[in-house]
Amino acid sequence: MRPLLIALAAIVTREALRFARQRSRFVSALVRPLVWLVVFAAGFRAALGLSIIPPYQTYITYETYIVPGLCGMILLFNGMQSSLSLVYDREMGSMRLLLTSPLPRWWLLFAKILAGTAVSVLQCYAFLGIAAAMGIKMPVMGYVYVLPALVLGGVMLGALGVALSSFISQMENFAGVMNFVIFPTFFMSTALYPLWRMAESSMLLRDICAVNPFSHAVELIRFALYEQFNGMALLWTALASLVFLGLALWGYDPGRGLMRRRG
Amino acid sequence: MNRVALATALLALMTGPALAGKVFVSNERGNTITVVDSETWEVIAEFPAGNRPRGITASPDGKHLYVCASDDNVVRVFDTATYQELHTLPSGPDPELFVLHPSGNPLYIANEDDNLVTVTDVNTHTILAEVPVGVEPEGMGISPDGKYVVNTSETTNMAHFIDTTSYEIVQNTLVDQRPRFAQYTTDGKYLFVSAEIGGTVSVINPDGGEIVHKVTFEVPGIPPELLQPVGVRVTSDGKKVFVALGPSNRVALVNGETFEVEKYLLVGQRVWQLAFDAEEKYLYTTNGNSNDISIIDVAAEEVVKSVQVGQQPWGVVVVPD
Repeated sequence: MRPLLIALAAIVTREALRFARQRSRFVSALVRPLVWLVVFAAGFRAALGLSIIPPYQTYITYETYIVPGLCGMILLFNGMQSSLSLVYDREMGSMRLLLTSPLPRWWLLFAKILAGTAVSVLQCYAFLGIAAAMGIKMPVMGYVYVLPALVLGGVMLGALGVALSSFISQMENFAGVMNFVIFPTFFMSTALYPLWRMAESSMLLRDICAVNPFSHAVELIRFALYEQFNGMALLWTALASLVFLGLALWGYDPGRGLMRRRG
Repeated sequence: MNRVALATALLALMTGPALAGKVFVSNERGNTITVVDSETWEVIAEFPAGNRPRGITASPDGKHLYVCASDDNVVRVFDTATYQELHTLPSGPDPELFVLHPSGNPLYIANEDDNLVTVTDVNTHTILAEVPVGVEPEGMGISPDGKYVVNTSETTNMAHFIDTTSYEIVQNTLVDQRPRFAQYTTDGKYLFVSAEIGGTVSVINPDGGEIVHKVTFEVPGIPPELLQPVGVRVTSDGKKVFVALGPSNRVALVNGETFEVEKYLLVGQRVWQLAFDAEEKYLYTTNGNSNDISIIDVAAEEVVKSVQVGQQPWGVVVVPD
């Protein structure tokens, strides 16, 4: 057990150091959702006219609606960012160092994902703090209940990032990830619009949003922020996490996975 | 979409109402009264109330509910416990809004089509007087000492002060276009008159009738013509004035000392009338176009819940149990 924890501590410390040294990364990760909150949401404020849907008890402004979705955005971008850093690690050779450790590979990858999640959760709380300062407040206990939701969402998207990184051979291909993973995942979800609003334009779009695991991570966060529990969202998020973790493991298995193809 | 019972209970503990009571909402198009439990905020009954029920109020003892059945040209009286109609009161044609004397009798009713204020005795069920006022009378307010009743006339754009003993107009104040509602402070020091088209609330010194301040409203991103003040309620300490702003879907919170708008609270569509519960812990708003009521926590100054009621809710009154 001890070596496992040492490895976890080492990986988390490395991620924390990287995080501490790249303060601009922290700021940019916060600026992105804040721009959405201040600019995008302000433009839609009057136009959208949200009706009451659970977990909300009354009418809300659009800014209030997209806060959980923007927490999801932080988790998503960070998950993809750690995917990028894995590709970088592989190119620089530090990946080889990590994977040649005698510890089980699944544990090393899981520690990597957990380390990334810890950073994401911190950023989410910083974002929620700024949103509260702007007047978008949640119930007090919501900030406590949201922690496990953020961790699970972070693990799910971190695992997706790791799984993707095994498919990306070069850093330059990351733009493809932006185009084909981040944008569709984010836009075809409940982060920006509720499902009923999607249904008004296209039922197909609504169905895609409804099965998108990112939607469920966002809904889990949304309900938790309002002191409520969404069992369906938890189930989907947990299931997707397992699938992505499995994919990541498979991707990094030298015997079977895609690593072999690339030597 | 499950909810954890514990979380719900916690939420109820944190934001739940203090005293049991009933919230009665008149549904203009549904022709019914919806009864909402003021403790659980759940609809507990809905009963027919004649044609086009609008103005609604209760007797000081909370036993009788008075409803202006506008298209029936009567005021209907209901038992607040059994919801049975007890009798009707003569009101003159098209009663829209009314105000009850603080003693519980008589009832002062605005007759929109006849340019009259009808005074009806609620015990003998007879008309005591008909006072000619301006064109399209609507808003009705009464001074806390019961000496003056104020009527606003929509087309004349005036607040008429009527002596409740002589039934004579003793004073007029010209306000902005289409005055809708008149509300005194509990100490009788100020009278608030909302002007729907003018978009203002005039703060009037009842002693002399001059306007001491005019409250204007502005919400970024909302066209000014949608900011139409209608219902007005003031806390009994006079510190907080709530103004329903119609199709802007907002209730303005005005500081009762500086008369500056402090906050806009988002509620349902076309917010019309307002009512406090007995302890002034919560303020209820009727939202005509979204068919619901919104509940505002008065101390926290935030909307805590919206509850679906009947079709086109218009007026609201809270009766303690």
